[in-house]
Amino acid sequence: MNTTIVAQLQRQFQDYIISLYQQGFLDNQFSELRKLQDEGTPDFVSEVVSLFFDDCAKLINNMSKSLERPENVDFKQVDSGVHQLKGSSSSVGARMVKNVCISFKECCDVQNREGCLRCLQQVDYEYKMLKTKLQDLFKLEQQILQAGGTIPQVDIN
Amino acid sequence: MNGSGGSCSSLMEVAYDDDHHHGHHDDELHVLAVDDNLIDRKLVEKLLKISSCKVTTAENGIRALEYLGLGDQNQHIDALTNNVMKVNLIITDYCMPGMTGFELLKKVKESSNLKEVPVVIVSSENIPTRVNKCLASGAQMFMQKPLKLADVEKLKCHLMNCRS
Repeated sequence: MNTTIVAQLQRQFQDYIISLYQQGFLDNQFSELRKLQDEGTPDFVSEVVSLFFDDCAKLINNMSKSLERPENVDFKQVDSGVHQLKGSSSSVGARMVKNVCISFKECCDVQNREGCLRCLQQVDYEYKMLKTKLQDLFKLEQQILQAGGTIPQVDIN
Repeated sequence: MNGSGGSCSSLMEVAYDDDHHHGHHDDELHVLAVDDNLIDRKLVEKLLKISSCKVTTAENGIRALEYLGLGDQNQHIDALTNNVMKVNLIITDYCMPGMTGFELLKKVKESSNLKEVPVVIVSSENIPTRVNKCLASGAQMFMQKPLKLADVEKLKCHLMNCRS
């Protein structure tokens, strides 16, 4: 094992994950999720996060359909979708996504279709952005492991 | 549940943890976790397993009741077979379509077989009237989502103390 390379990669990983917290993409719940990962389940976080992104895509697609025709919006369905999305994003620590959901719910409550459409677009953007960031993070993890190193514990508090 | 009754197993999508077939140790808590959100089910399952609990998950109140043997007549008989391990704790989300966690709580507390089983309600919203309503109807605890490791540890301590 080349300890210099491992140290460099670990440093890169640490800096990157800290930046994700600092820029507000992730909140403390993500670090709680990381605590649950152990040697027996080394892919726990990436699996849960992957399920989350699949869920995002599906919910956004359904809500988009419900919002499509201005004269016939199913706000109940949209509200249900936002509720699911808010819950999931909160559980994985996807802070930006969760925050958009809060605004989204408000638009839904007053049956503001335009507002809902804006929020839908925003939530779509945010989850895709986070997906890319986390893919890069997991790639760094893999590089560390392949170089024979261990993934650093990062304390964000 | 797992094949002892054909109609039963096709209706239910209750997930078993890997150790299901190895039996159940008396000192391990067997928890039934109920949540309509898949990600939350995965999370609570992991939290509980890490805390050395046996976990069964259900995606809604109806399925939870069926697992507990409070479903309709046919399923009640199936649930009495050895395949259903005794449940020591029920953790349920409050907001679920169809039957809410609160309604599930009431059904459990109304049952002579199950009323002693502690029920913990979890919710993303910490609304005092909601909390009080659940506690007044016999909920052991009301916890806020998202759940963390520390929450489950606290919960376990609380329950172990109650048991001893």
